[in-house]
Amino acid sequence: MWRVPRRVLAGAVGWLRGICGDDAYERYLTHHARAHEGPPLSRPAFYRARERDKWSGITRCC
Amino acid sequence: MNKIGGVLLAVVGAVALAGIALHRQEPINALWIITAALCIYALGYRFYAAWVAARVLAVDPSRATPAERYDNGRDFVPTHRWVVFGHHFAAIAGPGPLVGPTLAAQFGYLPGTLWILVGSVLGGCVQDMTILLLSTRRDGRSLGRMAREELGPLGGFAALIGTLLIMILLIAVLGLVVVNAMKDSPWSTATVFATVPVAILVGLHMRRLRPGRILEGSALGVALVLLAVWGGGWVDAHPQLRGVFDWSSLPLAGFVIGYGWIAAILPVWLLLAPRDYLSTFLKLGTVALLAIAILLLHPQIKMPALTSFVDGHGPLFGGKIFPFVFITIACGAVSGFHALVASGTTPKLIASEADVRLIGYGSMMLESFVAIMAIIAATLLDPGVYFAINTGAGVVGSTAAAAVHTISSWGFPVTVQQMQALAHEMGEATLFARTGGAPSLAVGMASIFGNTFGRGLLSVWYHFAIMFEAVFILSTLDAGTRVGRFMLQDLLGHLYAPLGRTSWYPSVLLSSTVVVAGWGYFLYVGVIDPNGGVNILWPLFGIANQMLAAIALSVATGILVKSGRARHAWVTLGPLAWLAIVTTVAAWQKLASPDPRIGLLAAARALAARLAAGTLPAPAAAVAPQLIFNQRLDAWLTGIFTVILWFVILDMVRVSTRKLRGLPVGASSEAPYQAARLQALVLGAQLPQEGGT
Repeated sequence: MWRVPRRVLAGAVGWLRGICGDDAYERYLTHHARAHEGPPLSRPAFYRARERDKWSGITRCC
Repeated sequence: MNKIGGVLLAVVGAVALAGIALHRQEPINALWIITAALCIYALGYRFYAAWVAARVLAVDPSRATPAERYDNGRDFVPTHRWVVFGHHFAAIAGPGPLVGPTLAAQFGYLPGTLWILVGSVLGGCVQDMTILLLSTRRDGRSLGRMAREELGPLGGFAALIGTLLIMILLIAVLGLVVVNAMKDSPWSTATVFATVPVAILVGLHMRRLRPGRILEGSALGVALVLLAVWGGGWVDAHPQLRGVFDWSSLPLAGFVIGYGWIAAILPVWLLLAPRDYLSTFLKLGTVALLAIAILLLHPQIKMPALTSFVDGHGPLFGGKIFPFVFITIACGAVSGFHALVASGTTPKLIASEADVRLIGYGSMMLESFVAIMAIIAATLLDPGVYFAINTGAGVVGSTAAAAVHTISSWGFPVTVQQMQALAHEMGEATLFARTGGAPSLAVGMASIFGNTFGRGLLSVWYHFAIMFEAVFILSTLDAGTRVGRFMLQDLLGHLYAPLGRTSWYPSVLLSSTVVVAGWGYFLYVGVIDPNGGVNILWPLFGIANQMLAAIALSVATGILVKSGRARHAWVTLGPLAWLAIVTTVAAWQKLASPDPRIGLLAAARALAARLAAGTLPAPAAAVAPQLIFNQRLDAWLTGIFTVILWFVILDMVRVSTRKLRGLPVGASSEAPYQAARLQALVLGAQLPQEGGT
């Protein structure tokens, strides 16, 4: 009975997390496990690096 | 089945449009406009966008995108299309689609509405989608770089200078809008001031306490700014505190300039990033809430379809309906600025080329709908009230009695009592001459929200709307200053290499100061201008933005012709031709019109003559020399924009003719084909799955 609303809710939360980058670290960890060796960046270090990428170009508009 | 749906949409859309066209002498319900808009968007998306994507752009889902090829888990990340859609929409939609349509409502509701619908479906959406795909095909390269590589060094340089200038104008005019919204309003000022420490608090939370918990930090921040709206009301009611936050426009301009400078030199995480998260969530939430409220309320439109101001003597800004409605409404119909975002972060997130229709065309459709909602919010007000709020004291006189007399004489009756009652309901001392569009939009939004969700809270809704616009604007202001700084550093780096290092602090200080001084100057002149300043700055910004759109469409047309698709190049050439005509005519009138309400040079001459004759009152005479200088400077800028525009167009024509005559042209910078191996992403599932590896 709750399957559909729960899926909708999970989708909505996933969407919100996605657009602001809340889930970026988890996605990075999967990517790292798949493509690289050695220890991944820590959570704070990852967000510091991501911030540099995000805020050096045009991200906002009129 | 699809065909039946299409025919049905076309019929409903045609009926709604006919309804709008036939309701000329009586008030029309906003539902007609919304129905027509939704049908036109659905038809445009289902048929035109699909055709352009498949036939003109040759979108190929089997081709790997840069996000897949360079996946680094950081900036290149294949992302679900609805997430990229939200991301891209939040990036392109700023205060532009709210302010432009509000100002253009002086012509009546019809011209703006039609331009927003036609301009977006055939122009703006196509531009955004095309640039997005072209950049995706070129590893996410920027518009400037594509212009350089596909057209020539001239095109690239023009795009860079154009972008820097438009950024400065945009920030200045938005700063002016926010200053006019806060001036002499303790409630608004206290609320907007409070958003700064809230952003810093959120920044500290996300950096120190709970790194990377963005959703949690943003939720905290949104709760705090809502509290600040309520707290502003408390300040407003407090006899002593009220005075502390009652600022006039000049010190407020100083605050905005100082804020912009500090935000540009502080670390990003402390102020800029958290404010941006707040603004994103407020934006998405308010747009959704406004759409629901307008549908539930479906208000009557009180503004006539066309006003007598189409002949050029409009009080908000001078100039005839052609070309000025097309200049005033840039964002929401066609916005060149979007091409910078569509060739920036977004292409690095796209998982499949098939997604560009939703992300490029679809996001712009939604922004266009935001512009439609802004027009509804402006035109549901009594026209007399709309003009009383939006017309500067220099036009209608500085006393309330003089203003209502002038406005009523235009055929839009309004009384002092009516304006006082409205100001009281909105929790403001006065609503006369609150130019810039933000206060009138806030009154419109407050009436929509108030009438839908309870009238008791009108003043809270009004200040919520002001806070929402201010957060929007200040986040564009600090992000824009930062981008302007990077571009300037890039340019200065050619003169003296260390200045090009983006993290060298003396260079950061120097370039930030230059950029802030640039827009701060225009903001200052706008504030001292008795006509409100927006009447000069907004058309100038519109011309700059349409020029940038023309550059983007030139790049797109040039690439289509170069890649052997000249037969279909009209898809971008059509909007380009229209924008070139509109921008050139507008620029010409701004330069050469003998009417001081339109022509910048004529205005400078008229003011200089009055200054020399000694007929100006003392306060006006004191600022006149600065206004005269500024009008001449604006005329120069207009000229520069037009020259840049035609240089790029001619460069595109040169490349295209060479190609059509079979002469060699520069190689395409498109990345070679590589087969996609990525499988469909699932929204809400935490991790994207990659196939085949």
